[in-house]
Amino acid sequence: MRKVAIYGKGGIGKSTTTQNTVAGLAEMGKRVMVVGCDPKGDSTRLLLNGLAQQTVLDTLREEGEDVELEDIRKQGFGGILCTESGGPEPGVGCAGRGIITSINLLEQLGAYAESENLDYVFYDVLGDVVCGGFAMPIREGKAQEIYIVVSGEMMAMYAANNICKGIVKFAESGGVRLGGLICNSRNVDNEFEMIQALADQLGTQMLHFIPRDNMVQHAEINRKTVIEFNPEHVQADEYRALAKKIDGNQTKVIPTPLTIDELEKLLIDYGFAA
Amino acid sequence: MDETVAKPKPVIMDDINTEEVKSELLRLYPPKVGRKRAKQIVVNRVEDGGRVPEIQSNVRTVPGLISQRGCCYAGCKGVVLGPTRDIVNITHGPIGCGFYSWLTRRNQTDPEASPDGHNFMTYCFSTDMQDKEIIFGGEKKLKQAIQEAYDTVHPKAIAVFATCPVGLIGDDVHAVCREMKEKLGINVFGFSCEGYKGVSQSAGHHIANNGIFTHVIGTDDTVRDGDFKLNLLGEYNIGGDAFEIERIFEKCGITLVSTFSGNSSIDAFANAHTADLNLIMCHRSINYVAEMMETKYGLPWIKVNFIGAEATAKSLRKIAAYFDDAALTEKVEAVIAEEMPAVIAAVSEIRPRTEGKTAMMFVGGSRAHHYQELFSELGMETISAGYEFAHRDDYEGRSVLSSIKVDADSRNIQELKVEPDPEKYHPRITAEKMEALREKGLDFADYAGMMPEMQTGALVIDDISQYETERLLEIYKPDIFCAGIKEKYVVQKSGIPMKQLHSYDYGGPYAGFIGAVNFYREIDRMTHSKVWSYMKAPWQETPELTAYYVTE
Repeated sequence: MRKVAIYGKGGIGKSTTTQNTVAGLAEMGKRVMVVGCDPKGDSTRLLLNGLAQQTVLDTLREEGEDVELEDIRKQGFGGILCTESGGPEPGVGCAGRGIITSINLLEQLGAYAESENLDYVFYDVLGDVVCGGFAMPIREGKAQEIYIVVSGEMMAMYAANNICKGIVKFAESGGVRLGGLICNSRNVDNEFEMIQALADQLGTQMLHFIPRDNMVQHAEINRKTVIEFNPEHVQADEYRALAKKIDGNQTKVIPTPLTIDELEKLLIDYGFAA
Repeated sequence: MDETVAKPKPVIMDDINTEEVKSELLRLYPPKVGRKRAKQIVVNRVEDGGRVPEIQSNVRTVPGLISQRGCCYAGCKGVVLGPTRDIVNITHGPIGCGFYSWLTRRNQTDPEASPDGHNFMTYCFSTDMQDKEIIFGGEKKLKQAIQEAYDTVHPKAIAVFATCPVGLIGDDVHAVCREMKEKLGINVFGFSCEGYKGVSQSAGHHIANNGIFTHVIGTDDTVRDGDFKLNLLGEYNIGGDAFEIERIFEKCGITLVSTFSGNSSIDAFANAHTADLNLIMCHRSINYVAEMMETKYGLPWIKVNFIGAEATAKSLRKIAAYFDDAALTEKVEAVIAEEMPAVIAAVSEIRPRTEGKTAMMFVGGSRAHHYQELFSELGMETISAGYEFAHRDDYEGRSVLSSIKVDADSRNIQELKVEPDPEKYHPRITAEKMEALREKGLDFADYAGMMPEMQTGALVIDDISQYETERLLEIYKPDIFCAGIKEKYVVQKSGIPMKQLHSYDYGGPYAGFIGAVNFYREIDRMTHSKVWSYMKAPWQETPELTAYYVTE
């Protein structure tokens, strides 16, 4: 079983990319579980065709200790197993602690057991590594490989670099490695070259460049991944390609995060179209 | 013997050089730690006008040193609010903070003194936060807890104390309290006294003072009968101390409006601003309320000490001097004359046995000072002393207040802006009268601190570490050591008797005249018990068999 976590700046398209990619993996016959680590609980919406999911933490709160795996795990598109960690409403409690509790509970309930015959677990983690809770998937070997969704926008690259610092911190103790950057294009000038250069400097690879396409938006409105909504579309093939690349990826590294100066130089060197 | 008890002859430092002891205590520390501790370990030197050396205090404990200190929550809930019998104190947090602060301080109370007989001190109220509340927030459970406490015991007031995790997840305890106050129609107020705030429990005292001043004092304007009305601040009725002081006041015809907070009730706090004078016992934990009451309501304050028979008599005379009433003065003198013979009889019996013995005390923010009085009445010398959580003014006197550096840790604790109350402010005595009394030696709003009253050459140590304690015991071998429960058994294992001055072990009262005699007898018993000389087993002293390692 490969344990994969997807990180990236808020709003970069982590959940969309994750769901479309795992849909590709499912098409390839892989057995996949997605663990949404976002209090909003919307990491599996496209796979389940709506937010029908009862979150782990809500269930734990309502049912007490009597939680069964079936209560918190639903089958979505292509047999993908979907769970949502859930969490407090904005402004109260501690979402980070919630993710820790939720992943521990999934483990106790046997969601990762060998009998489940999983090929992949995907953690879709909210935003940046802001606190210990959001680092949970990369601690203690829960996720072994990280993919960072990034675009050519400055803040997305800042966030990607910060996440790499988090990976370095846990790489030695937890064995986590960076699998690569996934560029979710925003049509920024020189985006391909810039992310390629960023990946080089981080000591990793740009695993795939996903072009921007409105079909993603159409599919989302219909609560579906592109692969399900319009399997013939070119964008569906992009996600299939990404799924294949992840499946075949052998390059897993401890990244070398950039200093702020290096990062800004990168932006100056590539950020303006000649 | 005269009516007064003679001071002991200085016995310290005949054969021990204090400066060398200080170097010895610091010798093993890493240089940076040593530099910091060197500012907190001071050889006392009392110069003309009572000037003493500067001692660093109220600063962070060096991580790794085993400190005596407690936390902010302990200072707020445990010390200041804990002893009040009719407030339901709810600890908002996981159960440990509530459970381990339950009835641990031997604060006594007399429920029959309140008409409703309310006494909730024997109960432990906590929201018992679980994982669920940490994740989703604990405000809802807190509301339920307040409601449940109200439904169960119908208290007049409920106080809520925030523990560390509450601060981390951001529960708004004050908003919950406001809502429940509105709903229940009783006083409900909260304290953001998360344990991690400040450098010691001192931060919690300040937060408690602010909360009580804001939410309780001045809410009941009923002026009670009585000619000489006082509040006694910073007396927590350990082992019944407040009962003894109340007995003496009653005999003198002095009316005690409120005590903060030994044997206290919330009604008395609400009414405290109608008194004529504030007396401060524990300067560190309660001076904030005294100062704020003076500014807002016009009550002056004086420092008193009812630990020690002589000190008690002196404090009573200060009160009489303030009211400047012939009948009161006469009464006070009569009471002193009536009480002292028993004290003097006890001293005459015991002092020959205790004369010249030595004591050390490391406790509190006032106790390490106050108990030196009692020891000196026994002819015993305090050769080293220090506080757990005091500030420089408690050591060196309030004259240094303006030169105390306010660091970031202190700035984190709110300073209330207080102004004279447009209706309720009235100065109890005129400025001229105050000046006249000052000239007669009545020091308003002043505390001279511990160090000026200690011998030159005594070792003063702030926030003493366990290591320093053990070294001190080895070097000085004092006849008795006073601190708290955390230190007790280490001291006893070293063969030295140990008296707890937080909880009094199982004894007390030690305040006032009867208390002084109790203390003399306790110290006589402890310093003459042979039990501590048997700490080493016979085979440790004279082994039947000896051996040595071949390779060493």
